[in-house]
Parts: sequence; C-alpha cells; structure tokens
Amino acid sequence: MISVENIDAGYGGDMIIKNISMDIEEGQFAGLVGPNGSGKTTLLRVISAMLKPAAGKVLLNGKKIHSIKKRELARIMAVLPQDSNLPLPFTVRQITLMGRFPYLTKTGRETKTDFEIAEEAMQMADVAHLADRVVTELSGGERQRTLIAMCIAQQPKILLLDEPTSHLDIGHQLSVFNLIKKLNRQANMTVIAVLHDLNLAAEYCHRIMVIDNGLITASGRPEEVLTSEIIKKVFHANVMTVTNPTSQKPHIILTAKADQ
Amino acid sequence: MYKTSTISIYVTLTIALAAACAVSLFAGAVHIPLNEMLSSDIVRLRIARIILGIVAGAGLSVSGVIFQALLRNPLAEPYILGVSSGAGLGAALAVILGITAISTWMLPAMAFVGAVATIFLVYAIARSSNGIVPVYTLLLSGTVISAAMGSILMFIISRSSSEQLHNVMWWLLGNLQILDWELLRVVSFIVAACIAVTIFLAHNLNVITLGQEPAAHLGLNVELTKKLFFLIASLMAGATVASCGLIGFVGLIVPHTVRLIVGPDHRKLVPAAALAGAAFLIIADSFARSVIAPTEIPIGVITAFLGGPFFLILLKRKKHFSWS
Repeated sequence: MISVENIDAGYGGDMIIKNISMDIEEGQFAGLVGPNGSGKTTLLRVISAMLKPAAGKVLLNGKKIHSIKKRELARIMAVLPQDSNLPLPFTVRQITLMGRFPYLTKTGRETKTDFEIAEEAMQMADVAHLADRVVTELSGGERQRTLIAMCIAQQPKILLLDEPTSHLDIGHQLSVFNLIKKLNRQANMTVIAVLHDLNLAAEYCHRIMVIDNGLITASGRPEEVLTSEIIKKVFHANVMTVTNPTSQKPHIILTAKADQ
Repeated sequence: MYKTSTISIYVTLTIALAAACAVSLFAGAVHIPLNEMLSSDIVRLRIARIILGIVAGAGLSVSGVIFQALLRNPLAEPYILGVSSGAGLGAALAVILGITAISTWMLPAMAFVGAVATIFLVYAIARSSNGIVPVYTLLLSGTVISAAMGSILMFIISRSSSEQLHNVMWWLLGNLQILDWELLRVVSFIVAACIAVTIFLAHNLNVITLGQEPAAHLGLNVELTKKLFFLIASLMAGATVASCGLIGFVGLIVPHTVRLIVGPDHRKLVPAAALAGAAFLIIADSFARSVIAPTEIPIGVITAFLGGPFFLILLKRKKHFSWS
C-alpha cells in the first residue's frame, strides 16, 4: 500500500533520516519506535506528505504521494493531530464533522450523509454521548477520542498517529489503543504509529520498525525486534524482556541500576 | 450547546440593526421634525454616517473574527498586526506635508496606503525562506513594526503645529463623520466584497482553527488560505481606518460576544458578527453625538466605555468563554 523508497529528509540541509526504505501492506498496524531525535516523526511527516524529502520517494498505491492533491489525499489518509489543544469552543459534533471537510462541495455545507457519517464516527470513537458538549471542557482522553472521531469521519484507508497517548493516563491509553485496533481490524484501516511506549507497541503492532540515528536498525514482528539486546543498543537502557502471559507478546521490564 | 436557531439570531440582529439606524437618524445636536426629514441636509449627513457605521462596524468585526481564527489567539483584533500604526503614520504624514489641501481624498488614501503597506511589511518580515509564515513570528513582527511606526508617528506629532496636531489627533480618535459620498461608496464596496468572500469561504476558517498541520491533513491549502484571509482582513481594517480613523474594541469584543451566542462555526459567526458589529457601532455613534451635545465625543471612547463593561458581564456569566 505504501512504499518508502530511499528517503533522505530533514530540515534546512541537515538530514535527519538517511536512505530509509520500507513497505507497509494494507491492513497492517505498523509501529515506529526509537529514541528521541532518531527521526521517527520526520519519517511520519514525509509519509503524510507534510515534508518533502531531499531524495527518494513515497508511493501510495504506486502513485507519488507528494503529487497527490491535498484534498484527494485527505480522503485516503487521516493524520491524528499531535496537539490536541483545540482553542475554540466547538462541540464534539462540530469537530467530528470537520472530518468531512475533504468531501465538502464548493458551498461548504455538510449534507445529510455527512451528518450520518459523523454520527457513526462518534459512536465508534465512543464520544456520541458527548456530541453536544464543548471540546474545551473535555478531559484529555475525551478530546483525543473526539479527534479520532474526526479522523474516522474522513473515511480514510490509512491512519497516521504520532504518539497518540503520550499525555494520557493508563486507562485512556488503553481505550485509545483498543479503538485504533478496532479500526485496524474492523474497518481494515492501515495504521502507522510513532510510539514511545515499547510495551504498547509490542501489544498492538503487527510489525515494528526501530529507527536509530536516522536509519532503520531493525524491522519485524514485536518478538523479533523488541529484544533486550536491540533495546540496549538503541536506547542505551538496561532492560529485560519477558513474555506477557496473556498475549504472548514481549514485555519490557526496566531494571534500575543498583546503588552506586 | 448553541441551541438558539441561527435564523432567529439573524432576525434578532437585523431588527436590532434597523432599530439602531432609526435611533441614530433622530439622535444628535439638532432636532429635526418628521415632516422636514426628507429635505434636510443634516439628515443626508446622518444617513451617510449610518452607512459608514454599518460598513465600519461590520468590517471591523469580521476582520477581528478572521484574525482570531488565523492566529488562534483570543486577543487578536483588526489592529494586531500594525494596521493602526501604519494608517496613523500615513494620515499624519498627509496632514504634516499639507497635501490634505489638494483633495479630501488625500488623508484617507495615505492612511489606507500606510495600513496596507504595514501589513505587507510585517508579512514579508515574518516569512521564512521556504515561504511559510509562522504565526508567532507574524505576531512578533507585527508588534515590532507597530512600535517602530508608532515612534515615528510620535516624532511627527511632536514636531507639528497645534492646528496640525488637532487634525491628526481628531482623526486618530476615530469618528464616523464623512463628507464625501464617493469615498463612502469606495469603502462600502471594499468591505462588502470582503465580507461576501469571507462568508463564502467561512468553512475554511473552521478547519484552520485546528492548527495549520491538521488543517492541511484535512485537505486545506493552508498557505493560500492564510494569505487570502490576511489580505481580506487587512483590506477591511485598512479601509475602515482610512475612512473613520481608529475605532478600537469593536473588532475584539463583537467577535467574542457573538461567538458566545452562536458558537465558533464561522459559517454562522461571520454573518452574525457583521450584523452585530454594525448595530453596535451605530448605537455607539448615537451616544457619541448626543451625550454632551452639541459637542461630539470621539466614538472610540464610547466603544470602549460601553463595550468594556458589557463584555465583562458576559465573561462572568457565561462559562463557555473557553479559549484554551
């Protein structure tokens, strides 16, 4: 579905990612992990056509992604905003309806179908009961789910996420990830997520790519990639991996240094 | 939230505007009996004032709505990027250089040129090498240019004669007196065209308040939209400043007040703010002319005096004033 071919990209001459290539198949839940500053967000920005690469190309179903019209791309690919700070007191329904923006005609008015799709999206993201509430009064988790409802209303084939739960508590983290998993499974949405939490990545991703210093250093199923050796090498952190007894996925355990 | 139907809001605002116009027609130093209404020159002057009030009130309010959306900042208003100081400098130069004697058009023309030139300068400075205009850089560059223009204006004022000083100050304080119908026609046309375009494209403003990248991900051409709306908002601010000087507060409080009632959807907010702004400015002008008649108070004094407390009451009562 998406193939990244020999991408160099960065800001103002400094290449943050170098010669990255990868393929993401339809229906996959792919995770990008790596230390701060390793280039995972930059890679995501290249894939979302926000940043033009200095070299290489990104193909979406064989078409160069940077040459696809913005409006057309928005119907195929949704990007969950990283900053869930919404300054204006829109209602949850109004925000969700903004997901229909790439489908609006010149008049800029939503049709009955748009309203129906937004209702469904709110149901799916479990914010239908908040439909008439103002987003500025919601909790961080509710706001994040509202923005996911907006992305669902876009009816995309691909969903890109950049640390979607970095400031949420553990309950909201799970509810957001379960929702994304549901979209991945039921709506067959391809998901590409930049993730900080390795355990969440292990639980939810089909495939994980470890990015270090602008290069992909490992790529594969969670149990292949999230080994204590690789994590030690990339993150310079002492960890141990065990197997999660319920999911059989790797689980990373921190090992604190003994008193010095 | 926002249960009040849009139609009833428009109807209420239109009635309020009509009532304000009627009051304004009778308000003032000279009392005119009804049967002399049609033939009176004073009435003609008052009608011109009312039209300018509608145009300036609507223009400043919609300009404020646009700046608040583009900058995602509740403190944004039409003069935030330095339109006021640029126009002030242009007007002061026109008075000092004595070119106001050539034609009554000189002062508004110079003020308009000053306003629009300032915006272009601010925009050019904020623009980075790859053509992107970051919002905070824009605000900073506006503040700095504003201060620089302001200091030149102060210098010019300090060197001017007392008669020139009076002319400049009177203009700076703002008033709706207009003697030239042709000027009124031009300003009305600019503002009406800008508001029409804004209403037509209002759904784009909604999306841009999510932030520039999220808006782009929804398929909006962000840079083009930003440029267009900056131009529209600046043209409206420039045209109103050129024709009636600096009238503060309208472009700040009318958008906020109307947003509290109709919500932040710009497709409703823009027309409602235009109507409300027009009504508010006409009422303010009626006060300006009649409170200590025959002396006229600068309208900017009234807008702040009336608007400030009214806005504070709303702020205290409504918890939905929630910019975050």
